[in-house]
Amino acid sequence: MADIAIAPRRAKTEIREASAWDQLKHNRNWLGFWFMVPALAFLIFFLAYPLGLGIWLSFTDTRIGRVGQYVGTENYEWLWDDAIFWLSVFNTLLYTFVASAIKFGIGLYLALLLNENMPFKAMLRALVLIPFIVPTVLSALAFWWIFDSQFSIISWSLKQMGLITENINFLGDTTWARICVIFANIWRGVPFVAITLLAGLQTVQPSLYEAATLDGASRWQMFRFITYPLLTPIIAVVMTFSVLFTFTDFQLIWAMTRGGPVNATHLMATLSYQRAIIAGQLGEGAAISSAMIPFLLAAIMVSWFGLQRRKWQQGENND
Amino acid sequence: MTDLPTSRIDLKAVLHSSAPTIAKDDHSEGMSYLQSVPRRLVTLYLPLSIIVIVLLFPFYWMGLTAIKPDEQLLDLDKYNPFWTWNPTFKHFYKLLFESHYPMWLWNTMYVAVCATILSIIASVLAAYAIVRLRYKGANMVGGLIFLAYLVPPSILFIPLATVVFQYGLFDSPMALILTYPTILIPFSTWLLMGYFKTIPFELEECALIDGASRWQILIKIVLPLAIPGLISAFIFCFTLCWNEFIYALTFLQSTSNKTVPVAIVNEFVDGDIYRWGSLMAGALAGSLPLVILYAFFVEHYVSAMTGAVKE
Repeated sequence: MADIAIAPRRAKTEIREASAWDQLKHNRNWLGFWFMVPALAFLIFFLAYPLGLGIWLSFTDTRIGRVGQYVGTENYEWLWDDAIFWLSVFNTLLYTFVASAIKFGIGLYLALLLNENMPFKAMLRALVLIPFIVPTVLSALAFWWIFDSQFSIISWSLKQMGLITENINFLGDTTWARICVIFANIWRGVPFVAITLLAGLQTVQPSLYEAATLDGASRWQMFRFITYPLLTPIIAVVMTFSVLFTFTDFQLIWAMTRGGPVNATHLMATLSYQRAIIAGQLGEGAAISSAMIPFLLAAIMVSWFGLQRRKWQQGENND
Repeated sequence: MTDLPTSRIDLKAVLHSSAPTIAKDDHSEGMSYLQSVPRRLVTLYLPLSIIVIVLLFPFYWMGLTAIKPDEQLLDLDKYNPFWTWNPTFKHFYKLLFESHYPMWLWNTMYVAVCATILSIIASVLAAYAIVRLRYKGANMVGGLIFLAYLVPPSILFIPLATVVFQYGLFDSPMALILTYPTILIPFSTWLLMGYFKTIPFELEECALIDGASRWQILIKIVLPLAIPGLISAFIFCFTLCWNEFIYALTFLQSTSNKTVPVAIVNEFVDGDIYRWGSLMAGALAGSLPLVILYAFFVEHYVSAMTGAVKE
């Protein structure tokens, strides 16, 4: 036994310098780098590079099947005078603004309702989220059928009730088409807003409400001075995501109207698809999608300030 | 309206004091006893049921249309449109045996599973490195990955189309398998970072002292503890893949390669004769796998959705 214990000490090798290979294997920074390689490879080759390439393409006259030449800001100048482009910008802003505002209102309301105690609570929450699970295109097809010009169930019901005499041309009339796509977008977005806000609501201490009740606060006051302030940070994040995804929406419009009637529902994303892929003008399409970037940056800034505010709030609470 | 029913409070208080054990055990009731039943009916159940009905009606309509015979679909006067007494599975039969639908379903599944697995592997490694290896600049890389989450596919699809073409991936499922991870990795990395942070650091220290390598720690200690997070990430990524439309629409051309959402929009709508029955049957069959998956993993799904937003 003693021999065994002593033997290694006698045969002790001098501590060798860490070879370059050891460094690659054990150094924290190198190890971190190896672990990051797969994710970074994807994000660099298929996200960062295309993002840069997209901006470059917007300064060229590339078409499908032809390498483009640098043409400066010609695409943007062309778009500047293009009434359809400005219409699509207007549509996008209208769509984003109206849909996000209503999604927020209904989503918050639904979250407050779901936060109450009631039978079958878990099942109701699960049901509410279904519109968010089902692929957008497929539910958009259901809306397409619901808003059909001849066989719409809504027109039929309203006619039976005697409110209208003629079928409403839902997706053929410019105003109605806008209302319909906004409605479909709200329908799809509300569950996301509601369920994430509900998660926020559940972190609010019930004792705060009990204290407020003892102080004689009304339900509105409880919402305004307890729920809303505590929910602000999560509202900021949720609404940033909501605005971002509404602004860049493509599939709902494409499945329901393809931008029609007379471009009344063309968003910037659908217009860029039409110009770039269908018409083959890659450069022009890239210019349209690059024009979305400033708006997106603005949305991200808002999110960032929302997060800052959360830190500030937490700091105050820790005092 | 806002006055408190004081007599009710007194009564309840008395009841509670006489049966303290029940009150202690049941925290679920909260303050809801302060509201009367009729009032709850108007302020809670009525609006809630309206919202839920509106949210679920399109699915009812989808299902009903899919099983209605054709003549009932287009004749709203003779038959009550809200119900049918003689359901038919003709539309489903046509879908499954007379169209490419099973193949599209297979394509969608194949692409979704491959892209999800690739992204989960990449995200596990990245999230572990950011949270636990904390190499130089880890926080900055974490921030950049979050920013990548905010880059939407609608501004990437044009340049990506040219990239996909250059790499010779156009019109092959590989185009989707390699591009979907750009949507999935940022999301699942953030989700898994949250999960890894909750695993006690001491466990890893013990393993390090016992001579485990970082790789062994990840495989044998961290991953088994993060299984709920992995399931959440997997399900959410899978749903996102299934739902993805614009890349699949742009990068795929031949009918046999298409995924369900793209194929339904492009192949089932021929001219002006809308085949509503089979269209709705296709939409229903395309949604069903996700809904079933969701039904089994509701909790994971919700934690994925809220986890990514909270971080």
